[in-house]
Amino acid sequence: MTAPGVCLRGDASFGGTPLFARTTLDLVAGGWTCLLGPSGIGKSTLLRLIAGLQTGATFNGKIAASDAAPLAGRVAYMAQDDLLLPWLDLRGNVALGARLRGQMPDTARIDALLGRLGLADHAEKRPARLSGGQRQRAALARTLCEDKPIVLLDEPFSALDARTRADMQDLAAAHLAGRTVLLVTHDPMEAVRLGHRLYLMDGAGVHRLPPPGGPDPIRPVDHPETLAQGARLLERLRAVA
Amino acid sequence: MTRLAQLGNGLLVAGVLLGAWQALVSLADLPSFILPGPGRVAQALWQNADLIAWHAGVTFTEVIAGLILGSLLGAGTALHMAVSPTAKRFVRPLLVLTQALPVFALAPILTLWLGYGIGSKILMAVLIIYFPVASAFYDGLTATPRGWLDLAQSMQATRRQVLWRIRVPAALPALASGLRLAAVYAPIGAIIGEWVGASQGLGYLMLLANGRAKIDLMFAALAVLAVMTLVLHRVVGAGCDRLTARLE
Repeated sequence: MTAPGVCLRGDASFGGTPLFARTTLDLVAGGWTCLLGPSGIGKSTLLRLIAGLQTGATFNGKIAASDAAPLAGRVAYMAQDDLLLPWLDLRGNVALGARLRGQMPDTARIDALLGRLGLADHAEKRPARLSGGQRQRAALARTLCEDKPIVLLDEPFSALDARTRADMQDLAAAHLAGRTVLLVTHDPMEAVRLGHRLYLMDGAGVHRLPPPGGPDPIRPVDHPETLAQGARLLERLRAVA
Repeated sequence: MTRLAQLGNGLLVAGVLLGAWQALVSLADLPSFILPGPGRVAQALWQNADLIAWHAGVTFTEVIAGLILGSLLGAGTALHMAVSPTAKRFVRPLLVLTQALPVFALAPILTLWLGYGIGSKILMAVLIIYFPVASAFYDGLTATPRGWLDLAQSMQATRRQVLWRIRVPAALPALASGLRLAAVYAPIGAIIGEWVGASQGLGYLMLLANGRAKIDLMFAALAVLAVMTLVLHRVVGAGCDRLTARLE
């Protein structure tokens, strides 16, 4: 799969109040772009605009893939909430996309995916019987099952405890390699670990930051350069008005 | 609470009420044409068992038919309103109207139109439960969590699949609470219908017994009606519990 880059250029307002001024967000083709910013600044709105979801905002501009083909049907979406349906078992939840399109799900592929994410023993369990980490892994399996070149992640790990979050970051980096990923997050460390490209969003709009140095993503949590950059980014985030 | 403890609790409450009833009759020395004691009512029930059973069968038929038709109609209306804005615009006022008009006031007209048979009673039961079922289910269908709908949209789901695979299952607990209400309302509709004009059914039997000063028979019919409603409520409630348990 060759994943295209995605470029959003434009401004948005919310009932006449500007949400962000003219902004350019350029997603790395086949890599991770992290959009960092404090809560409530409008990061999710940007992601939802690219996903084609309702935002309530008026967007004035253009969102296009670098290969000029339409985005619709090439985007998978994962949110902070795992959004698993409580009445379906994990297999049913992972197969949801196919079912919702009225297609027959590929059970062999679904079982393989559950196996790769360490959920093989839980395939027949309902979400209520799983831990938060397992549920979010199931949500990742569902996202991977969609097999889309562009993947939009809206703070998918922010409700997890520190250890599970780091594990999920490793898993997501491994399984989403080669896809164009936009990760919206308020965690500077997460952005520095995963990002090929970083953006910071504040009240004035979106700013492109220099790419993180050190090894290629996913960067080890204890790498000195990663730690230092994470700390610098946190300082920068704290300075955002 | 275990089932046995629940049953024991119910029997205890029933025992206390019966004791208080008997005490009231004995202490106040009430004549049996004003308030017969529980013993007398039990005797009337025993002596008129066949008569009461036959009339109870009629009422039961009306209630069950009304419950099924009213639930189907209510659920269908809710689904229709949930998928079609036009239907919502036209049907919603109609739905509110069925609730605004007292069903009691409609009873004589329905009897005039549909006659003394069970048709007018079934329609009364339908009218009385239509609103709670439709309104509860519709509320459930329009309260689907936003995140699930976003996810479905990002998966390019069809509207029909979103309705049947997400919105309807998510709304079943709401439908269940509508059905629980319907189970206790439906007998009210049927009995009102029988009071206004009927030649059979427990409501008719109660009026008849009352007119002939057979107050013990009237109370016996009333007791059977109460038991019928309680059982119906429990059965529908248990069904609803099983339905919602499958969704959690």
